[in-house]
Amino acid sequence: MSVDVTTAPESVYDRLEPLLPRVRKPVQYVGGERNATVTPWEDADVHWALCYPDAYEVGLPNQGLMILYEVLNERPDALAERTYAVWPDLAALMREHGVPQFTVDGHRPVAAFDVLGVSFATELGYTNLLEILDLAGVPLHAADRTGEHPLVLAGGHAAFNPEPIADFVDLVALGDGEEVVGDITDVVKAAKAEGLSRHETLERLAGVPGVYVPALYAVDYAEDGSIAAVRPTSSAAPERIHKRTTSDLDDWPYPKKPLVPMAETVHERMSVEIFRGCTRGCRFCQAGMITRPVRERSKQGVSEMVEAGLEASGYSEVGLLSLSSADHSEIGEIAKGLADRYEGTGTGLSLPSTRVDAFNVDLAEELTRSGRRSGLTFAPEGGSERLRRVINKMVSEEELIATVATAYEHGWRQVKLYFMCGLPTETDEDVLQIAAMAHEVVRTGRKAAGRGDVRATVSIGAFVPKPHTPFQWAAQTAPEVVDDRLRKLREAINSDRSLGRNVGLRYHDGQPSLIEGLLSRGDRRVGRVIEAVWRDGGHFDGWSEYFSFERWQTAAAAELPPQGVDLFWFTTRERDQHEVLPWDHLDSGLDRGWLWDDWQDALDSREQDDCRWTPCFDCGVCPQMGTEIQIGPTAGAMAPGRMLPLTPVETRTSTPVHNPRLSEQGPA
Amino acid sequence: MSYKGEAAHPSAPTVAKVRMRFAKRGRARFSSHRDVARAMEWALRRAGVPVSLSQGFSPHPRLSWIGASPTGAASEAEFVEIGLTTDLDPVDVAREVGAVLPEGLVVLDVVRSGPGALADRIDGSAWRVELPGVDPAALAAAVDALLAAEVVEVERMTKNGPRTLDVRSALVSITVEDAVTEPSLARHPNDDRTPDDTPPTRPAGETHRRTHARSAVCGTLSAVVRHTTPAVRPDDVVSALRIVAGLEPPVPVKATRTAQGRLDDDGALLDPLEADRDPTGR
Repeated sequence: MSVDVTTAPESVYDRLEPLLPRVRKPVQYVGGERNATVTPWEDADVHWALCYPDAYEVGLPNQGLMILYEVLNERPDALAERTYAVWPDLAALMREHGVPQFTVDGHRPVAAFDVLGVSFATELGYTNLLEILDLAGVPLHAADRTGEHPLVLAGGHAAFNPEPIADFVDLVALGDGEEVVGDITDVVKAAKAEGLSRHETLERLAGVPGVYVPALYAVDYAEDGSIAAVRPTSSAAPERIHKRTTSDLDDWPYPKKPLVPMAETVHERMSVEIFRGCTRGCRFCQAGMITRPVRERSKQGVSEMVEAGLEASGYSEVGLLSLSSADHSEIGEIAKGLADRYEGTGTGLSLPSTRVDAFNVDLAEELTRSGRRSGLTFAPEGGSERLRRVINKMVSEEELIATVATAYEHGWRQVKLYFMCGLPTETDEDVLQIAAMAHEVVRTGRKAAGRGDVRATVSIGAFVPKPHTPFQWAAQTAPEVVDDRLRKLREAINSDRSLGRNVGLRYHDGQPSLIEGLLSRGDRRVGRVIEAVWRDGGHFDGWSEYFSFERWQTAAAAELPPQGVDLFWFTTRERDQHEVLPWDHLDSGLDRGWLWDDWQDALDSREQDDCRWTPCFDCGVCPQMGTEIQIGPTAGAMAPGRMLPLTPVETRTSTPVHNPRLSEQGPA
Repeated sequence: MSYKGEAAHPSAPTVAKVRMRFAKRGRARFSSHRDVARAMEWALRRAGVPVSLSQGFSPHPRLSWIGASPTGAASEAEFVEIGLTTDLDPVDVAREVGAVLPEGLVVLDVVRSGPGALADRIDGSAWRVELPGVDPAALAAAVDALLAAEVVEVERMTKNGPRTLDVRSALVSITVEDAVTEPSLARHPNDDRTPDDTPPTRPAGETHRRTHARSAVCGTLSAVVRHTTPAVRPDDVVSALRIVAGLEPPVPVKATRTAQGRLDDDGALLDPLEADRDPTGR
């Protein structure tokens, strides 16, 4: 936290600019995005640097960061700027020329801000956190920071087990961020006004619901290396920290004005979160478990956000985001309403996350209406019926094949199938059934389409057990086993050359997943491994060209055994019911007893229903959080009077925006 | 499952075209042609300009780009031609698009397209190149050496591998500007202080650095280059000076395209939009 609020830090742009002609894609470092906000430093009491610890092209479109950026900048007493991981070419030049980590908005040094909020979508961003802190000139260890340094705050899904980075962060925010950032701002503002010390500020922040201050807890270890207890060391620190839940999405129509970058990014579209949470109960899915309960945005809220967002951004694609978009109780009306409204305006609609059933083909048909049908994606996740019962992904093979047949009949030529390998109880046989399914998809597709050139692409990721899921106790499958199964799968797919040549197989090897597993279920002892890897030059671990399994293996072998544990203790070892898990003091709302029962059900191949449509099964979230699922039907039409075009669309144009200030010119 | 094609509906026909001259300034100079093209398409959608679309399964807005400046170079003379489905007043287009472009992209001129192709009216570019840290006298000597040579070949990496270009033959004119003017100090685009404003407290190192930057020498070139394939860029001219006179700029140079147009007999550039303003055409 910078003590002096009156002095605006100097922009580093003058010193950065001469370095930019020497790096790849310099435009990613200059900011200037449409809808970006630069507030004079003096106008704010609390200064936030929001960080996505990956490259700009990945971080810029991140919805979470964009939402918090707007929410904070709307406060009269706060300002928020953004910072991203810089690539090694620029990082080297910045070190050589003494240019610190900067924000892209005002090009202010990150170290000058009061709070550095870092959003972790994945654990593989941890080494980038250290790189960013180092480039910023902020001590890596929270214990070494003083009142001059920013409070380093971790959020995002990976923050539900922040123990591996507990030594490097000052604060962790659990759950939805919309409201907690305001509460943190209030406390920091008061602390600055009262002149509180860093420690006093942290103790006060520990009283904010959803905020965890790792330094105020001690971890005791048992003889066998397991955790004996995690206990607060300050009376200001609660025994357990409960996640935050934003209750009504219609009250939070963010982003209102999406950032439109000059640089190319991974998602160039106007995204609207149509609901948060998921009740499908897929047992491998951390996002589905930790974001409960389901809260839908109303169809009117969706249409208003789409309209405002398209006008502010000019984007030509709308993404309706959620964990399983077709599950919105009014998705049919939403899709039809938007397709009608934007037909003929050069605006595409997409549902990035879907489940497998016939209804989805109808929906996809609506969204693509008269356009080309390129590919449909389904995610059965498990190769065999038995395995799909274990993971609670309730899709029968007949259902899948029937859906695929419908898709091919309706003009689609390519189907993508997503699976995981290394799931609990999985055998070679389960994985080999993926080949049988892919063959059947091609066979059915050829018949339905009446032609031979149909395609099925099979994409496979290695399963990583995650905290706060029923699989948090599971043994992760060793990379050699995963790799061996995938080799056998490839052989099986190619065993029938006629069918096999229409099947594409994509997968990554299992080694990065083992490290992701270490970081996902690690405890504070893993922090030393992260630091050793970073000190050895490791960063951008989510990028295969930078990830080095050998480096991680070496660091783990050096750092963990002296602490009584090793890489395999954290990954391929099954936990028993009573072991204290590193994240047990962090409450995602799920009842631990329910999670254990669901784990036992998984081992018995017993499914669990979706509570959106069937009675409550007592996962614990709703009573614990004082919330409930919020689903339609919602009152009100979709932006009445505007959703339907006044005249039928006969020709297409390039824009949905009507600008009355553009007048037609008479004949010249 | 996303697709924006709407093949069932024919695209509205192109009823008029406008030609736009725009600038790429400040931090926008680091954008590539692709970045600029994307930003312009989104800005046209924000402004509600009805751009005509190409036919086919993957319709795209009809924008024709001419001779985009390279990544890293600023420009006061970029050109694009835009097909419209409504015959709009160019003044309205200039105002409405100008209002929604990202920072650094600035509309300078919009005219209704007259007969003839815009590309036929452009065969040369004028560049201004700042070389911070290069003594103007040394620069003048290097320029003299370049002018004295018959052929100066430089190598550049292109998409198709290394290519050799003759800079000398593409060079129409090159002069060194008088060294009386200080180079404009690179300023952050958000920084609206005048150069004389001094923030109340600034670390000593900062003050020293700024003072140093202000007093640093800087040579400035003006060059007119004929468009060749591949085009000779400001960086190639600097490479040529390195080859003929061993000139090594200590920091990256800053180039700005000041004009594009047709070269007249005296080596001057004619405004390519001038003909469109002439009611009789040309």
